[in-house]
Amino acid sequence: MIFLLQKTLIFAIPLLIVALAGMYAERSGIINIALDGIMIFGAFMGAIAAFGLRKSTFFVDHTQLLFLICLLIAAVSGAVFSLLLSFSAINLKADQTIGGTALNLLAPAITLFITKVLFNKDKLEMETAVDSAGKSRDFGFAMLNGDLNPVGQVFFDKSYISTFLAVFIFIVLSVWIYKTKTGLRLRSCGEHPQAAASVGINVNRMRYLGTTISGALAGFGGYAYVATVANGTAEGTVAGMGFLALAIMIFGNWKPVGIAFGSLLFGFLKCLAVTYNKSLIQPLESHAWMQNLLANSEGFKTFYEAIFKNMYFYNLIPFITVLIVLAFTSKRSRAPKAEGIPYDKGAR
Amino acid sequence: MRNQASETKKVPFFRKPAVQSIVASLICVLGGLLVGFIVLLLMAVFSKDIPVSEAFRGILIVLSGPIAAGNPKDVLFTCGNMLFTATPLIMTGLSVALAFKTGLFNIGAPGQYLMGAMGSLLVALSIPQGTMPAALIWILAFLAGTLLGVLWGAIPGFFKAKFNVNEVIVCILTNWIAANVVSWVFYANQEKFVNIAETKTNFIKKTISNGVSTATFGLDKLFANSYLDVSIVIVCVIAVLLYVMLNKTTFGYELRACGYNRNAAKYAGMNEKRNILLSMAIAGGLAGCGAALWCLNGQQDFKWNTYQSLPNVGFNGIPAALLASNNPIGVIFSAIFLRYIDTGGSYLPGETSFNEYVSQLIIAVIIYFAGFSKFIKDYLKKKQMKKETAATIAGDFVKNPERPIGQTASEQSAAPPPEAPAPAGPGSGEETAETASAADVPAEGKDGDGQ
Repeated sequence: MIFLLQKTLIFAIPLLIVALAGMYAERSGIINIALDGIMIFGAFMGAIAAFGLRKSTFFVDHTQLLFLICLLIAAVSGAVFSLLLSFSAINLKADQTIGGTALNLLAPAITLFITKVLFNKDKLEMETAVDSAGKSRDFGFAMLNGDLNPVGQVFFDKSYISTFLAVFIFIVLSVWIYKTKTGLRLRSCGEHPQAAASVGINVNRMRYLGTTISGALAGFGGYAYVATVANGTAEGTVAGMGFLALAIMIFGNWKPVGIAFGSLLFGFLKCLAVTYNKSLIQPLESHAWMQNLLANSEGFKTFYEAIFKNMYFYNLIPFITVLIVLAFTSKRSRAPKAEGIPYDKGAR
Repeated sequence: MRNQASETKKVPFFRKPAVQSIVASLICVLGGLLVGFIVLLLMAVFSKDIPVSEAFRGILIVLSGPIAAGNPKDVLFTCGNMLFTATPLIMTGLSVALAFKTGLFNIGAPGQYLMGAMGSLLVALSIPQGTMPAALIWILAFLAGTLLGVLWGAIPGFFKAKFNVNEVIVCILTNWIAANVVSWVFYANQEKFVNIAETKTNFIKKTISNGVSTATFGLDKLFANSYLDVSIVIVCVIAVLLYVMLNKTTFGYELRACGYNRNAAKYAGMNEKRNILLSMAIAGGLAGCGAALWCLNGQQDFKWNTYQSLPNVGFNGIPAALLASNNPIGVIFSAIFLRYIDTGGSYLPGETSFNEYVSQLIIAVIIYFAGFSKFIKDYLKKKQMKKETAATIAGDFVKNPERPIGQTASEQSAAPPPEAPAPAGPGSGEETAETASAADVPAEGKDGDGQ
């Protein structure tokens, strides 16, 4: 169970931060369907940096410092990459779905192209390196505290530094968008840009701000994904995480609390699918009544074997759960009113 | 625009909306190729191992597509395979384009494609050979694939129509549900369907093993024994039918009206919920049908354990549709063009230090520029308007008394006349359509997702 929760936390963090990225863009009025692409690009740039910097023993000794630098580089490159979207969507008033789709195509193409040319490989793996003490170090956990109490273990054992940083950023930015003047202005541009402009807010600048923050967060999330969930392998895909984050954002009703709940729930169910044997089947079958049931009822046993011992069943659960919850909560769902509509000064 | 055309009888060639769309698309393609070339050049300049001349050779290879294969026989063979692999791409492109026309973003084509593949394979392999004519099995399998596609497309449509849930999210979810369902079904029936003749057991049996394959009518022989079969013809017919349905029938008009302005369509008495559901269902059917045609070729391997990945051909339908400005006939050409560039790219690793991802990069840039096509078209129009207003300022005023002198058509469409509910009047509706056709992916959720 502790293992499952640890995994959940690790898996939910990229989702959480990237869903917040989507929220920032959409609250400012830009649909950022390019989250997936930005994640890939940010992860790639971070991985390149890690690849290069790990040649020096100083950074191998200070793995956590390197981790932070790579996260920063990933965030910056994500922000820069998202400027492509802002430029097309804000300056040229191009369709945001097309721009986003283009970035989603561009990111894997460019990363794979460069990886292949520079390293003659299809993916970039951050292998172990030897530190100054002669020990081989991989790209690892910030802390290992196997002797803590169970609750402490979930948060502080086998945890990554990106987890704490992401939670911190998530809280700061969630408060920021609701409690500051700029945050309010940014949100107003996603609801009614003309009204915002009438009180002197520079809509284009606000939208640039929203999309750039979004890009930075997505880049951060991309590297966090690659360094933690994907075990340090950067390739031309993040397994659709960006799209899932988009789904989580809509699921969370464009609000931080909803997003946090959604990503934890989804992360939990997703990790259950990976660890169901250890975390569900084994505890269940250790009970006597379960063993009795299985021994006595042949029909139940076949059913149980076919469904409950099947990986695909658990894989389906998170997606179906989200779908069902969406159907029930759709009445309360409310997207930013002006999202996806290019800002036109003259429109009413 | 069309009203105007009929009034003035003869529109100059370059002012026709269709021509302008094509010109805008061509500009995008050129821009994409240019950027691709610049990337190659930069790579060559900054790398010690790659001579600069290789950048020129690289872009030439991409541009020559299947011709890069070398001798005539190989070129023909590659051409045939290019057309064959374009077949499912055309179908997913049509699927995305149709949804776009109704104002929906069908990012669920991969899932619909997988379900279509499953349906056709299940039927084609489980009816024993000899119990009925192979042609009949083919037709049943084709229908099964299409039907499962319809079902899978209808789910996002249903959620959108009934619960007003954003179709993008439901499409994303159904994609992964489809990937797992397909894997599960084939996992549970492994001994019946999985190809154990080959060393790896990743693939489903080829349908030819049950005697089912698409008729070729000599097309494969024509193209030096490639995989090409009659499906490319079927696909073209479907595209034309779709074009006719969209542009010449009431139903198609309703779908497009929903795309331009859902509320106005509702106001005009159309059942917009039914239209959304039907549009997504047909879109799903098209993607499923593409998968069925690909699988039923008989020679193709289908990777069954696909729960961790989605087929690229589904996602690539999006660029195919966007490049064609969502015109069904245009999708045929854009999909073949995409495959052409891809084919050229596949020769890069063998002949240069570059790799096949260049072609994907070029395609991505082309799509990025395609977003600007409205900008480009407006620019073209403005330039012509300037020329014309100088010459025929008086004549123009007589022909179009409503339009203030000097205002361009695009400006007019940007601020529609307030008296007409946009899509109901064919005049104003049409006008918006043409000026915005490339970018007429209506913003999702602009009418508020949810109440």
